[in-house]
Formats: sequence, structure tokens, C-alpha cells
Amino acid sequence: MKIKVLGPGCANCVNLERATREAVASLGIEAEIEKVTDYAAIAGYGVMRTPGLVVDDQVVLSGRVPTAAGVREILAPLAGGGATRP
Amino acid sequence: MTVAERIQAATPTRRRVGLGVAAATWFVLYEVNRPFWDWLLGDVVGVDLAGRLGSGVHFFLYDSVKITLLLGGIIFVVTVLRSFMSVERTRALLGGKREGLGNVMAAGLGVVTPFCSCSAVPAFIGFVAAGVPLGVTMSFLIASPLINEVAIALLFGLFGLGPTLMYVGAGLTVAIVSGLVLGRLRLERWVEPFVFETRLGGQVVDSTAGLTWGDRIQMGVEEVGTILRKIWPYLVVGIGVGAVIHGWAPEDFFATYAGADNPFAVLIAVAVGVPLYSNAAGILPLVEALYDKGLPMGTLLAFMMAVVALSLPELILLRRVLKPRLIVTFVGVVAAGIVMVGYLFNAVL
Repeated sequence: MKIKVLGPGCANCVNLERATREAVASLGIEAEIEKVTDYAAIAGYGVMRTPGLVVDDQVVLSGRVPTAAGVREILAPLAGGGATRP
Repeated sequence: MTVAERIQAATPTRRRVGLGVAAATWFVLYEVNRPFWDWLLGDVVGVDLAGRLGSGVHFFLYDSVKITLLLGGIIFVVTVLRSFMSVERTRALLGGKREGLGNVMAAGLGVVTPFCSCSAVPAFIGFVAAGVPLGVTMSFLIASPLINEVAIALLFGLFGLGPTLMYVGAGLTVAIVSGLVLGRLRLERWVEPFVFETRLGGQVVDSTAGLTWGDRIQMGVEEVGTILRKIWPYLVVGIGVGAVIHGWAPEDFFATYAGADNPFAVLIAVAVGVPLYSNAAGILPLVEALYDKGLPMGTLLAFMMAVVALSLPELILLRRVLKPRLIVTFVGVVAAGIVMVGYLFNAVL
């Protein structure tokens, strides 16, 4: 799966990226994590409160930083088909 | 188990009991704060509370505890209430509104919508690209930092209901009028062109959809922690400077130079306040100390608004979407509004 972390580089965005990496690692899924810092691109996703989380071009979260466990809950059902468990 | 997990796990009854205990503890702490420091400093340590050192130290300790309590309580309540509102819903409400009514609504929504100035740029693009008029968007962006829960908590705690309502009224007025003026000036050409070219795609996610009471309470607790962690340095410096003014500044020093007799006082206060970067938490202890020294409320509120509403870091962020010309106009219009509000209050009160 393709995961994008939307945020211009504020503390919250860094926290979300860390939580996402932890979640991905603990789920053992294969995911490409990309940071999107361009404002036009962020707004293009319809996100008005950073940070935002986009999975396979779907916005799944915006405006708050969940814990790694929270991100895992969001990612787990989405990982279904494309997930490769070790 | 972390606090958050305990709240998640709590049943509705246990949650209610927990909230009740927290509220009761809060009230007790708030009530014993002054007697405690009177007793500790006056009776145990034995300093003269009327003297310079004594009153300065007492002011610092008492105010630190009081302000922390107020902030914790009010941020929690406001965050829980605001979790029913979202920027997405606000934009939907403002879409298609004309200027005028739109500005009034935008200012009001700026107060109740959960929003941090770090999101000013994506929100600006989101609003404008969705067709919300520029002036209406500006009303929202001015009201949001100006009338925030930290300012309201502190004003209410330090000065009571009257000045708090005055501040909220004045803030709304500045936001509405500045937005109207900026809208009339036809400044669209000073917005970076990519803003209008941004295509809004993707599913708009309402960040507050599907929240349970447990989630909202958890958000409140987390927000208190986040904000207190962020503002405590400002708070300590603000209270420290306030304590110095409280204990050491000569009684009539400020009143002589910035008192009601000086017609330029408000102008100077705003000119000093605009480049100062602090937030309500840092500035209000200072305002309180200056008020005790006899400065008029209008001058002080104008000073505070100038510090809170216009800040260099936010302007640098907005530079990504606004050309310098529009930023300068924005600062000028808002500052002029604040100056007028300051003079009005000084004249009326």
C-alpha cells in the first residue's frame, strides 16, 4: 500500500510520521511511506487541518495525531489484500 | 495503562464519577491557592507580603498555580465542546455565503472551530479554492487566533466576566470589519495564483465524525497536555515579568507614560505589540500587572490583541499563499481596527 503523510513539517506531522512507521512495522505490512509537504498538494486532498494521512489516495485521517496503536487500527483493515505478512 | 487507555476502558458511570472527582479536585485547588501561599510565604517562611520581594514572589507562585488551573480547566471544556465542530463543517457553512453575513458567520465560526494557526495555509487554500470569498476567509483567519480558549480562560480568571465579554466583542468586531474591508479592496490578484488553480480532490474527511464521548474526553485531556507543554515557557516569562513589574516598577511609572492622559498610548501599545511574538498565556500576566499599575483597559486590550492576532511566524507561513502586498495590507487593516477598538474602550470606560 501507499501511505502519504501530509504536513508542512510541523511537530504534529513528524509525530504522525513516526506513529505511522511504528504501526506499519508492527503490522508487518509492506508499505511505501511518503511525506507530502507541498501546500497545494495537501489542500488538493481536501485536508484543511494538518497533519493528514492518506492511504492509496484516500484520506483516512486529518487534524489530529493518533497513537501508533490508533494508526494500526486504521491501517489494519485497509491492509487486507495488499498485505504481505512475514 | 496510560491515562488515555484508562479513559477508553471506562464505563459511562465510571467516566462520570471520574469527571466529577476531577472537577471537585480542581475547585478545591483553586480555592486553597491563595490561602496556601499566604500561609507558606507569610507564616512559614516569614517574608513581608507587602514588601517588594515578598509581593513579587507571592505574585509569581500564586499566579502560576492559578493560571495553570484555569488553563487546564477551560482548555479541557472547550476542546470537548469544539469536538462537535470541524473546519470542514465550517467551510460547508461558509460556502456560497456573500460578504457581510459571511463575514459575521466566519468570525463567529472562527471562535468555535478547533483550529491552530499551523493549519492556516491549508485552510486558506481549502476555503478559497472552495469558493469562500477572500474577505470572509480573512474574517475566519483573524477571529480564530484572536479569540481563543487560552485568552478567554485567562481574561476571565484575572479580570472577570466584564472585560472578557468586552474582549470577545472587540475581537469579533475587528475580525468582521477587517474581513469586510479586505474583501472590498479586491485583493484577489495578490493571492498566489496556485491557490485558485488548486483542484480539490479526494474524499473530504470530517475529522470529528464518529467520535464517542470517550474519544472527546480523551481529546480534551490530550489537548490540555499539548497546550500546556507548548505555552509554559511563555507563561513563566510572562508571569516573571509581571512579578517584576508588580514588585519593583514604581507605582506611577507606566501610568505617567502610557496612562489615560497620553493620547498616543494605544497607538504605541499596538506598535509594540505587533512584532512581539507571544501568545495569550505569555501576555496576560503582564497585562494584569500593568492594569494593577493603573493602565487603562482599552490600551491593555489593544496591546494584547496586537500581540495575539498578528505574529511574525504566522505571517511568514501566510507568505506561501499571499503576496507581500496583501500581507502588508492585512497587517495594516487589522492593526488599524485594533487601535480603534482601544481608543473606543478608553473613551467609553
